[in-house]
Amino acid sequence: MTVLEVALVAARALTTAVVLLTAFAYMTYTERRLVAVFQWRIGPNRAGPFGLLQPLADGLKLLFKEQLMPAGARPFIYLAAPCISLIVALTSFSVIPVQLDPSAFAQQPGSPNPPERHLWQIADINVGVLFLLGITSLAVYGIVLGGWSSGNKYSLIGAVRSSAQMVSYELALGAALLSPLMMVGSLSFSQVAVYQEGQLWLGIAQPMAFLLFCIAAVAETNRAPFDLPEAEQELGAGFHTEYSGMRFALFFMAEYVAMITVSAVATTVFLGGPWLFPGASRAPLMGWLPTYSAIYFLLKIAFFMFVFIWLRATLPRFRYDQLMRIGWQVLLPLALLNLAITAVGVVLDWTHLQFMGVVLSVVLLLYAFGKLNRRREVEAHG
Amino acid sequence: MDRVVDDLIALGKGMSITFKNLLEKPVTKQYPEEKRVVPKRTRGRHVLHRYSDGQERCVGCLLCQGTCPAGAIYIEAEENSKESPTSKGERFAKVFDVDLLRCIYCGHCEMACPTNAITLENNTALAGYSRDSLLMHKEDLLEPMGQSTLGTTEYWDPKPPETVADRVPAQTGTFDGSATSAAAVGRGDLKLGQKPLPPKRGEEEAQDA
Repeated sequence: MTVLEVALVAARALTTAVVLLTAFAYMTYTERRLVAVFQWRIGPNRAGPFGLLQPLADGLKLLFKEQLMPAGARPFIYLAAPCISLIVALTSFSVIPVQLDPSAFAQQPGSPNPPERHLWQIADINVGVLFLLGITSLAVYGIVLGGWSSGNKYSLIGAVRSSAQMVSYELALGAALLSPLMMVGSLSFSQVAVYQEGQLWLGIAQPMAFLLFCIAAVAETNRAPFDLPEAEQELGAGFHTEYSGMRFALFFMAEYVAMITVSAVATTVFLGGPWLFPGASRAPLMGWLPTYSAIYFLLKIAFFMFVFIWLRATLPRFRYDQLMRIGWQVLLPLALLNLAITAVGVVLDWTHLQFMGVVLSVVLLLYAFGKLNRRREVEAHG
Repeated sequence: MDRVVDDLIALGKGMSITFKNLLEKPVTKQYPEEKRVVPKRTRGRHVLHRYSDGQERCVGCLLCQGTCPAGAIYIEAEENSKESPTSKGERFAKVFDVDLLRCIYCGHCEMACPTNAITLENNTALAGYSRDSLLMHKEDLLEPMGQSTLGTTEYWDPKPPETVADRVPAQTGTFDGSATSAAAVGRGDLKLGQKPLPPKRGEEEAQDA
């Protein structure tokens, strides 16, 4: 790599970090306003026009707050935990192609993009998905270490819950991602995005994987209804009970950046990344509208963020046993089943619509079978 | 599997319900700019009233102090001077303190008052920076010179029956709730139009037991 290339990557990384943290600040604002609207309230609207300066006010307040450390805390780990959370959350975004240049792939298909050609992606590595899964699974360390080093029993319970939850749902998350990746035949995010250009999006071809991924992603980011590690009502604030000021804000940032990242992954893998719609580049009348753009990508991310907030406004928190049952007895078997179907399909070279048809009919079959089985049980045992 | 699908359908129903609520108008009142219209008889801060000639209605009888369940009222009464009486009665309230932090805004004082001197008005924006600022003295409570109102006791909700000519229950023998005077307090258990009979000894004892 030349010096120029390194500088280019560094500048891109810095920009992405700044954009992500700004997005975090305004996500807190958007979330508060949206949840307020869901509950027939107005939400924060006093700081600046429409309350738009609220994140700034919050940030200043958190910066100047006293940063308490409990007497029973382990100082080094206590301070390192929020940093781990945030660093992991920011790092995982580096492999996401926000915008890409398809001509680069036309020239040298299958090979990684040279740095100057991937327009808005820090690193186009050929095992991007693997890298992302590995990095996001490190996020559990921030939470577990933070909860443990606080020297508070509630924090520890939050941390233990979190570790169990993240480990359980990571399996389903990875297995759900595998099916579309098998169809693409690559672990590179930019390859996945380019693959969907001329075809139906993978979210349509793999409806079950899409759904499973969404559920597991909500659990991975510790968002409602899977927010057991925080669980305000039972555990104070869970793993970050003992954190105040900017240290607490770091955990908060990590949660929101992780939300943005999983939304970006879902967009790239299942909703066609920066493409406007399937086959956009070959459609007529589209001369004045770009067929691929970071704007479409951000709009799709915004949609997922809205669903996150919508879910939070709708569902109560799961009980711990329900959480474990969903993870191990529902999501994981379904993801493996989907994987098996996909494997057969890849070998038989099905089209996207065939994939969707087979998956949906298998679901329908299982549904009918379950209903029949239940009726027979009722008849047998009254 | 069938349960999973059923649960997903239930999830969809729940999501659609919350989405409908997303489209509802907010019910929030933006308080300092936009105030809620309170019922006319809302019990807020106390006001001491005057007659139209400027004399105070309060005669310093201490009935409100006596009936106050929270002990929020403190009165020191003094004899009126012959030349320039402050009130219509023999005495007037030299000191009339109401502790707004103790007051429970029950309205017993205005019901007990025989001269309608104290009423609870609609001012519910009661906040202060110190305890002292919420200890109301007579000059804070008294309406300004030249003003003579009856306050919230003028309003009725629902309206009193038109047929009631004399509103003093002790004279008509009926209680319709249309006059809060000392005579009305304690007769509120009578039904509309019922003659108030002196209770018999036996009944009184039975109630006590």
